[in-house]
Amino acid sequence: MADNVTYEDDSAAAENVDYEDDVAFESAEDVGPDPYADSYDTQGGRVFTVSGQDWDTIQAPPEGTNENIVVNMGPQHPSAHGVLRLILELDGETVRQCRPAIGYLHTGIEKNLEFRSWVQGTTFVTRMDYVAPLFNEAAYCLAVEKLLGITDDIPERATIIRVILMEFNRISSHLVALATGGLELGALTAMIFGFREREAVLDIFEMITGLRMNHAYIRPGGVAQDLPDGAEQKILETVALLRKRFPDTTNMLVDNVIWMGRTVGVGYLDLAGCMALGTTGPTLRATGLPHDLRRLEPYCGYETYDFDIPTRDTCDAYGRFLIRLDEMQESLRIVEQAVSRLRPGPVMVADKKIAWPAQLALGGDGLGNSLDHIRHIMGESMEALIHHFKLVTEGFRVPAGQAYVAIESPKGELGCHAVSDGGTRPYRVHFRDPSFVNLQAVPAMAEGGMLSDLIASLASIDPVMGGVDR
Amino acid sequence: MSGDGAVQNPHGEEVVPAGAQPLDVIAVRQGAFGVSGSGDTSGFGGLVSTITMPAAATRPYGSWFDAAADELDLALSERGIPMSSAVEKVVVHRGELTFHVRREHLVPFVTTLRDEPALRFEFCSSVSGVHYPVDTDRELHSVYHFLSITHRRRVRVEVSAPDADPHIPSIVAVYPTANWHERETWDFFGIVFDGHPSLTRIQMPDDWPGHPQRKDYPLGGIPVEYKGATIPPPDERRSYR
Repeated sequence: MADNVTYEDDSAAAENVDYEDDVAFESAEDVGPDPYADSYDTQGGRVFTVSGQDWDTIQAPPEGTNENIVVNMGPQHPSAHGVLRLILELDGETVRQCRPAIGYLHTGIEKNLEFRSWVQGTTFVTRMDYVAPLFNEAAYCLAVEKLLGITDDIPERATIIRVILMEFNRISSHLVALATGGLELGALTAMIFGFREREAVLDIFEMITGLRMNHAYIRPGGVAQDLPDGAEQKILETVALLRKRFPDTTNMLVDNVIWMGRTVGVGYLDLAGCMALGTTGPTLRATGLPHDLRRLEPYCGYETYDFDIPTRDTCDAYGRFLIRLDEMQESLRIVEQAVSRLRPGPVMVADKKIAWPAQLALGGDGLGNSLDHIRHIMGESMEALIHHFKLVTEGFRVPAGQAYVAIESPKGELGCHAVSDGGTRPYRVHFRDPSFVNLQAVPAMAEGGMLSDLIASLASIDPVMGGVDR
Repeated sequence: MSGDGAVQNPHGEEVVPAGAQPLDVIAVRQGAFGVSGSGDTSGFGGLVSTITMPAAATRPYGSWFDAAADELDLALSERGIPMSSAVEKVVVHRGELTFHVRREHLVPFVTTLRDEPALRFEFCSSVSGVHYPVDTDRELHSVYHFLSITHRRRVRVEVSAPDADPHIPSIVAVYPTANWHERETWDFFGIVFDGHPSLTRIQMPDDWPGHPQRKDYPLGGIPVEYKGATIPPPDERRSYR
């Protein structure tokens, strides 16, 4: 009798046991009173279900038996970096096979976009990779602007504001990577420091966009709103504050024996692996290749900024960690340069057939509709009212065609493939999210290693499930 | 608004001379205001406009496109595939180069893109599907974006398949990164990538019926009733298109 007896379950926290030997087990009828824990025959053998607290009812396999356990890690797991499900086949604590299963956060954003105007699209895409929302908006808007043929007409000031926000967002995203990565490896102070610093960045976002995340601030043609009074001063203060605080994390982790023990040599993926699997971002730069789209194919005027592309040649989780630390410093440099270039001017394209008709204004009761604009359209100009109404309800038309724009998000290449049928709504928008692609590399990094190293590998590529599942 | 020198009519649509290559018709619209599903009192309802994707480009393409196309032509001939049989048409639009490739030649085509030293598109950025229900016998498109880090270039490859036979060869053997992309495109569009190691759904639940990003996928919607009227799903509502 050569039955492979598998214990299977459908609850997230329990485990499957696969004994590949001639073993006689207790019959399933003894498993207990749990109505969900019964047994049935399959082609692979008899399957027993355990649902927790009933392991004692299963007889231990004899010595020398191949004792691979299938563990269903996630989709709810504190160190799975989001609603990610990993199906692991374990031999002791060694990962023999790893299969990531995604889709638990799929919300159909790309489909939703097809039923809203081009401007409303930013509201959706900002919710994809919610840790780096401004990059989603920027990629989408750059793609729409390319289709409109207005890439060169975007005002200088709007582009600089975009750069400032994107670089701050790179810092906040890397801080989340460090914080949650530290949390998953047991370095709780890294989490405290990371989220403390991120708070300073989110304050900047709140001041400029009104929101801490889901901004919908970058719009086709420019940005939604000019910088508020005193923004430049606050930005520079925050840059100084972050410069002062970053060494806290650096001093604590960079030479930390425990941290290095968890990350050095872990999650190895070399250049050939990255190229084949499409992995970008810090993972690719940790192989020694200085691949950064800000340098390779500059957008938003990045070719005019002075910054370095940090690389390491260790191909491991520690190298990726060091690259993130360095990149945050480079982002601060870019922000300083950008702030020094800010000159008064428009923040929305001059074409009145595309530009949103009015900006918000600060009234006695807070930020709201511009009273001047309301007066203009309601009391002075019928044409302005019609124009406002058409642009807001119908939106602008984008010439038929397709465009692909890729930008360097904190996680790697964030691409937006936008297709227009000449209408007022996107015909199809596809996001090439770096987390989605990088997650494919987890089995390559983890198989053959320890289960605890899988967690470090996963943390080092920093997937955000909102972007993976969209 | 097009910057490619195409002739346009006053509505901004491109006018194609007689005898030109067939275009990807992606929509046929009536009226002047984009409103459908309501009584037209404007008198413009008789206007019919056909929306097509940008027309095929003729030489010279400009930029590095010509040199790359020549290299590709040469490399494909060495592999015994004439460019004319592999490539349906070449489109240059918004500074992007697109090869529309016949599906039976896709795998050797992308292998050439990857391996030829003068091309060296070593990185597959993205695979995405697009559904054009009006583009008869070419309804399903699979769009590939390749990046050459060596030469700092991007190229797009577009492959189409009819709805009745939604098969496109998989490029996973050439670009392993296409694995999840192709699973996603199968999941959302129902394009079957032949030769894919495990073409299963990736975003939707395994037992999900249908392919949600197709244009003919019913949206459903909650019938909200108010004084006898109900709100239809978004794709059936009156809207500007």
